[in-house]
Amino acid sequence: MFAVEKKILSWHLVLACVALSIGTLFGPLQALEHMGVNLYPALQVIGIQSYYQGLTLHGVLNALVWTTFFITGFLMYVMVKTLNTPLSKPGLSWAGFYVMVVGLVMAAIPLLLNQASILYTMYPPLQAPWYYYLGLTLFVVGSWVSGWSMLATFLGWRKQNPGKTVPFMAMAGMITMVLWQICTLGIASEILGLILPWTFGLYGMDSQLARTLFWFTGHPLVYFWLLPAYVSWYGMMPKQSGGKLFSEPLARFAFWLFLILSTPLGFHHQYLDPGVPAVWKFLHAALTYAVFFPSMLTAFNVIASMENGGRARGGKGLFGWLLTLPWTDPSWTTQALAMIIFSLGGVGGLINASYNVNLVVHNTAWVPGHLHLTVGSGVTLTFMGILYWLIPHLTGKALWSKKLALWQAWSWFVGMLIFSRGMHWIGLLGAPRRTMLGVALGNYGSADWRVPTLMTGIGGLILFVSATLFFIEVIMSAYFSKEKAEVEMPVAEPLHAEVIPAWLNNWQPWLVGTVVLIVVAYAPMLIQLISQAQFTSPGFKVW
Amino acid sequence: MIHIHKYEKWWIGLTILMLVAFATLVGVAAFSKGFQVPEPWMRVDPNTVKDSGAFSDANLGLHELAPGKYEAYLLAQSSPWRFYPSELSIPVGSTVTFYVTSVDVQHGFRIQDTNINLQILPGQVSKATYTFEKAGEFPYVCGEYCGVGHQGMFGKIVVK
Ligand code: HEM
Ligand SMILES: [Cu+2]
Ligand SMILES: [Cu+2]
Repeated sequence: MFAVEKKILSWHLVLACVALSIGTLFGPLQALEHMGVNLYPALQVIGIQSYYQGLTLHGVLNALVWTTFFITGFLMYVMVKTLNTPLSKPGLSWAGFYVMVVGLVMAAIPLLLNQASILYTMYPPLQAPWYYYLGLTLFVVGSWVSGWSMLATFLGWRKQNPGKTVPFMAMAGMITMVLWQICTLGIASEILGLILPWTFGLYGMDSQLARTLFWFTGHPLVYFWLLPAYVSWYGMMPKQSGGKLFSEPLARFAFWLFLILSTPLGFHHQYLDPGVPAVWKFLHAALTYAVFFPSMLTAFNVIASMENGGRARGGKGLFGWLLTLPWTDPSWTTQALAMIIFSLGGVGGLINASYNVNLVVHNTAWVPGHLHLTVGSGVTLTFMGILYWLIPHLTGKALWSKKLALWQAWSWFVGMLIFSRGMHWIGLLGAPRRTMLGVALGNYGSADWRVPTLMTGIGGLILFVSATLFFIEVIMSAYFSKEKAEVEMPVAEPLHAEVIPAWLNNWQPWLVGTVVLIVVAYAPMLIQLISQAQFTSPGFKVW
Repeated sequence: MIHIHKYEKWWIGLTILMLVAFATLVGVAAFSKGFQVPEPWMRVDPNTVKDSGAFSDANLGLHELAPGKYEAYLLAQSSPWRFYPSELSIPVGSTVTFYVTSVDVQHGFRIQDTNINLQILPGQVSKATYTFEKAGEFPYVCGEYCGVGHQGMFGKIVVK
């Protein structure tokens, strides 16, 4: 069953892991640089010209390529499995995959040649060659095409099963892909409408408008990363815990809320921008608080489901159920640790979102400290945990070493806590992000940067070990494991067999809500920015 | 309606209360106590901004408007990476309004140990005001990646 889908998924996973292996390589180098150990001169022999070229590769490969390949493959597979229907147009999924690969290659060439060292945010008027932007566009368009293939399958199922409730994970996966489709319109219009004509010299650049279009996509992007992890936390982890999903209706409700609330709040990345009035920033701050609500729903529901599992496994007392959870299961443990780290990231996120409080942390090392708790761990560690059942599921062979996988998870957890603590701390001391702090220390730093940068370096080294363990585990399990095993995809049952009300099974009200909120939160300001745009800036290559 | 557990109802209520409280506190601090984020001030042409007017060589730096009240005009530039001017001296207790813009790419402007933190865009003038109550040296630092020399982009305010 699902041989084609498995093949499509496997190719997505291979490329995701290749991207992560190159991308994460730079992480520890950056952390060491912060500590004062600059290894970049030695990297020139392999063509890495600067810290910032490496940082661009780190951001693009980890945050964009690893995540998007993993997500498009994973959500497609989860959908066909839970609907128990093969892809209606597998060719479309393949086409999406190939378009992504072509885009990736086009973008990778200038990245590796140090012609596109503009970081993953690509803020104009820093200017890379046109084919870099075109490559990124194709990469995103490829992921759209994969989404259309999912949509075709989804709609086909609905036609054949009129009136039936869509299984939770299929619905959640589809919502995620639709969110992605809507929110990437921002970056698509930035590249096609502003950047490409500008690289051809047709007109100049208005950086404020470009930033605004970028962050239209940039914030929902984090939900595109996160929601697939939530699919696993809600839909699979309860089963892996030995229990059931505490409240399925509220899980569905949370996903719908993410659909309508993820996009209309991009100005929370632009609190300090000179061209956006404060009231608009405040509106987006309030909406950002609103999107924290479904995350709080998730926290309760997911933890209650685990408690249900722990108690089913014999756990007693207020906290006794924690001990009976499957701590020897690498897939479960990796994801549980991801959740713990992510909850810390959530607290930091609330601080970042808090309007004027953002003045304290904006553009400081605090921010990468935060994002490694979220996308760098909450999401990435969850995906690693998923791979610990998914690879055996695909190959029919047992995980190569459970022990190694457990060591990997715990070392990531510990390394990340130390690393991220250091980053948050130097950020509060005023160290900027995206900066060679080892050099900056001598320029404008102070002696109290030493301990936190040391933590960053040590944490980074532990993470390096952990990442190495991860890739050993993945390669050995995928290609060299001998022991046969039949591992099924975990699918949690709901705790209460309830009828899902129609409003939780119907797209229309939510899609209308999405469009209305986007129009309210963005249209007036976008119209103003466009009508008052001044296309003055030429492109700069300053690296 | 859907069934919601009693504890979960409490949790939802608590969450809403917390978020409303945060929004209120932040909003009051901003709109009534003046702890505000930057607002649009002025547009300029980054290609010609140096040539004349507020950001011309002759006008960059500090201007005393009244005793203890200053305005300061600064330009951010890549390659070489620096702020013009790179040093400002003021007496303790001075209130300074900063106007900063870029002649090329995006930059940042953050004064260490203060809450002054600006995103600097070509074509826009960023503005912020601060009162320096303590003597000492306050570096101002570029907070946005602006090319390979970014880590060397800074200046300082000497408060005597
Ligand atoms: C081996 C583990 C890792 C280490 C030690 C590490 C280290 C770092 C450091 C030190 C920075 C800050 C650089 C600077 O601001 O100058 C950074 C930035 C970043 N990292 Fe990581 N990282 C790791 C893994 C990851 C993972 C798994 C992801 C995402 C999936 C990720 C995503 C990012 C992003 C998006 C940035 C911001 C890039 C930018 O500012 O343009 N990192 N990393
Ligand atoms: Cu955001
Ligand atoms: Cu800079």
